[in-house]
Amino acid sequence: MAQEQKQPRRSSETEEQQQSEETTESSVAERKEALDTEVDDLLDEIDDVLETNAEDFVKSFIQKGGE
Amino acid sequence: MSVRRVMGTEIEYGIAVTGQPSANPMVSSSQVVNAYASATVRARRARWDFEEESPLRDARGYDVSRQVADPSQLTDEDLGLANVILTNGARLYVDHAHPEYATPEVTTPLDAVLWEKAGEQVMLDAARRAAVMPGGAPIVLYKNNTDGKGASYGAHENYLMRRSTPFSEIVRHLTPFFVSRQVVCGAGRVGRGQDGREDGFQVSQRADFFEVEVGLETTLKRPIINTRDEPHADPDKYRRLHVIIGDANMSEVSTFLKVGTTSLVLAMIEDGFLGRELMVSGPVASLRAVSHDPSLQHLLTLADGRRLTAVQLQMEYLDLARKHVEDRLGADADAQTREVLARWESVLDRLDRDPMECAGELDWVAKLKLLEQYRDRDGLAWDDAKLALIDLQYADLRPEKGLYHRMAAAGRIERLLDDAAIERAMHDPPEDTRAYFRGRCLEKFAENVAAASWDSVIFDLPGRDSLQRVPTLDPLRGSRAHVGDLLDRSDTAAALLGELAG
Repeated sequence: MAQEQKQPRRSSETEEQQQSEETTESSVAERKEALDTEVDDLLDEIDDVLETNAEDFVKSFIQKGGE
Repeated sequence: MSVRRVMGTEIEYGIAVTGQPSANPMVSSSQVVNAYASATVRARRARWDFEEESPLRDARGYDVSRQVADPSQLTDEDLGLANVILTNGARLYVDHAHPEYATPEVTTPLDAVLWEKAGEQVMLDAARRAAVMPGGAPIVLYKNNTDGKGASYGAHENYLMRRSTPFSEIVRHLTPFFVSRQVVCGAGRVGRGQDGREDGFQVSQRADFFEVEVGLETTLKRPIINTRDEPHADPDKYRRLHVIIGDANMSEVSTFLKVGTTSLVLAMIEDGFLGRELMVSGPVASLRAVSHDPSLQHLLTLADGRRLTAVQLQMEYLDLARKHVEDRLGADADAQTREVLARWESVLDRLDRDPMECAGELDWVAKLKLLEQYRDRDGLAWDDAKLALIDLQYADLRPEKGLYHRMAAAGRIERLLDDAAIERAMHDPPEDTRAYFRGRCLEKFAENVAAASWDSVIFDLPGRDSLQRVPTLDPLRGSRAHVGDLLDRSDTAAALLGELAG
């Protein structure tokens, strides 16, 4: 009897634990997804403003020494 | 003991003419400066007064003869290149093949950031104006320090120091500080070696261009400690420490910490507070080794045999600075001194844990994080031209194209100033130094100012045969408190000079 009473309690505790673990996991995943989207948005925005021919641009950026 | 002292910065900007890679940079630089001058400087244009300039004077106490000096060291000869003084007290000119902006004299790190940022806006405005002049071309300016092909140009800092401080003490205590401070104020660079022959990222733009520990040169055999000694103030009381080792920063926090922490270390040197020996062995090689390891794990060897990372070495300076401020000022320390200490500590703690935690504040980390994101997404190797392009375009001054600007506008990089304050500082001088007198005279009596420099304003008055020179040798006089009322009530330059003479 005592065991029977205990077992369901234990299983509900486990369930709760599992649930909270699932919640944590899913919120981490959500955060990561949000972060990835944020990074994608940033890179998309920067893609839009980057000079178009990287190679030519870098090659022609020639300065004289200063100071 | 605080972050307060007379100081300023000078930035040489990279310059490119869109679609014309072979454009003469001296001509383009002159177009930039002249376009701004024509548009903003009213009446006659005041010349720069070279009388007090002596770039070949050495802090060690001797002069380099002009015959043995390299021609590139002669900055005081008016080569006919554009050179104007602005109403905010700054100097805008062409130095060699770059447009350059020297801030007016300020007394706090935040003001140094403010008037340096104002300089970026002056340059941006100047480049836009040059583009619409007759024969003008689209000119783009970059606040960086190398083209990645072997050329470097400077971002210098100037700090007024007590003459009585032995120069050997400055060298001894400042060298390890300069070897390590790049972890806070480096601007980040794609490519290693002066000409970028090795692939990879490094912390500093400038580290690979320093070849000796101490010296007078700035264009060749660059020294970690520069000995140029032109105080533009009473030479018996002051020296001007000319710092050539810094990177040009876009991030306001980076510049704030660069200037603020350096000022604190100088105060400790002046007060003889740095008993602890922190000299690193092989400073020139160490400077590069720190720059070439963005994981910040490189171990420096100190003279006493200890091995510390650059972050840990900075923590030693921070610890001493905290003690010194506590010792001298206790709870009376001013707000900016406390803010520099708090930010310095916070940044060092995080750099020690994981440098990426500083991506929202420090240039080199912000740049590295962006580069790594591109590498992840597009699978780019370090030799990919796109990464070099990102490095260059981070420093593009145009808000619509510059990557620093895009990230700051999106709230990804912390700001310390608002745009309205920067806009005002393009025109208004600081109020607590002689820059106030210089700037207000140019604003109010432009037609009567024949020339000006850090330590003088020269007037050409109607009906007078000779020019009238007003010396401004003390950087802390000529402030608003000293001459604000006088300037307000003087309707003419003659009235002003009459009162000054009386």
